[in-house]
Amino acid sequence: MRIRCPLCGERDSREFHVMGAAEWLARPAPDAGLEAWDAYLHLRDNPAGPTRELWFHEAGCGAWLVVARDTVSHAVFEAVPAWEAGA
Amino acid sequence: MRYSGWQILRQALGGNRGWKAQWRKPDPRPEYDVVIVGGGGHGLATAYYLAKNHGVRRIAVLEKGALGLGNLGRNTTVVRSTYMLPGNGEFYSFSLALWKDLSQELDYNVMFSPRGVISLFHSDAQRDRFARLGNAMVGRDDHAVLLGRAELRRLVPYLDYDNTRFPIYGALLQPDAGTARHDAVAWGYARAADRLGVDLIEHCEVTGFGIAGGRVRAVETTRGRINAGKVGIAVAGHSGRLAGMAGFRLPIESHVLQAFVTEGLKPVVDHVISYGMGHFYISQSDKGGLVFGGDLDGYASYAQRGNLPRVEHVMEAGMTLMPMLGRARVLRSWGGVMDMSADGSPIIDRAPVEGIFLNAGWCYGGFKAVPGSGVAFARLIATGEPLKAAAAYRLDRFRTGHLIDEEGTGALHNRH
Repeated sequence: MRIRCPLCGERDSREFHVMGAAEWLARPAPDAGLEAWDAYLHLRDNPAGPTRELWFHEAGCGAWLVVARDTVSHAVFEAVPAWEAGA
Repeated sequence: MRYSGWQILRQALGGNRGWKAQWRKPDPRPEYDVVIVGGGGHGLATAYYLAKNHGVRRIAVLEKGALGLGNLGRNTTVVRSTYMLPGNGEFYSFSLALWKDLSQELDYNVMFSPRGVISLFHSDAQRDRFARLGNAMVGRDDHAVLLGRAELRRLVPYLDYDNTRFPIYGALLQPDAGTARHDAVAWGYARAADRLGVDLIEHCEVTGFGIAGGRVRAVETTRGRINAGKVGIAVAGHSGRLAGMAGFRLPIESHVLQAFVTEGLKPVVDHVISYGMGHFYISQSDKGGLVFGGDLDGYASYAQRGNLPRVEHVMEAGMTLMPMLGRARVLRSWGGVMDMSADGSPIIDRAPVEGIFLNAGWCYGGFKAVPGSGVAFARLIATGEPLKAAAAYRLDRFRTGHLIDEEGTGALHNRH
């Protein structure tokens, strides 16, 4: 699996650390309540097919990226910087 | 037909032409009292105990492929109860106790082999952690022995004890844990359930639920609509997809875990050995192949196959621990889809839809849990009350903060 980092170009997936679903970017307000925080921390759509995830280019530029890829075919579609992607 | 030594003799005299199919191949009936989705270990065991312990008639198990070819046919067959936390430990003790009599229970040789599970430690801090785990196990009447380096060396002389980075200090041994024959577990439960009248319906994929008035009424399948009083979901890595069909989300993300087997070798690894400093564990199958595995690939996947970086990592960990492995040739590697829960522990509970019950989140520890999970899930479905040993596996524990985080890695699905 190779990922095209928008800053460094195409790199081996071993350079990256995967955090999980891109939902991590949609942090609720501190007073958003139990349901919102439970959903944020634990519940996942867990799709079989296209998904968006948060990856960290640990052994490269150190950028957090939102990677769009497929959980069935392992195809990687695109990676954009997390600060541009939003949740 | 009961299986016995006498039966083998009798059939041999008849040229072995008298053996019958182990279970029927029924067409689905229009309605069942209980429909179990998933013909793997947990689903088959649940159906069996529903019929046997609770007298439920009219049970169907729906399996999208052939029985036992999902994670039950893909795992590395380790059976142990080396868990520490309250709510978790007693369940695995309960399940291990069932394994000991399972062959007699099912009239089917599941080849349970209590060869001993050795968990290595590599530092003083890790020794303390394992001593605590061992005490927790002994405290609930499991067996656990803390082995020093010299004792361990007499048991397994072939490890790299003086590895410069991760020297071996000793191990926690669970002497009555071990392995079992995974296919025989599927076939044994399937045959036993079939004999109690359970309809095992293969090649029947669930495509949706018929829900009316907040209650499940039916399941939609590739072989038509089947009305159901109650539905139990036991589909391992695909729990999230089934939950999506029923309109709710789960604290679960599906990940791929790889496993490996070498060509057959003479007996050399007598125990199950797990490495304390890398995610690597190994045992030897009865056929002689060294069966081993490691950690998740790390990213969400439904692919049943992994990537090469994890293969390389597992081989490196194996070579570090057991340099003699380098002489063995790997025959096959494969992947299974794990439903990784947010705290690394399973869920046996009611689903948010009335009449649907959930058995999910076994991460990569589901095989050892099969008998215990079957008893617990059957009890929950039949009586509405959880089994005491499994009562902590609630779906709402994430919201209420009662996580069972055995490894203490936090609410990250891919870290357990």
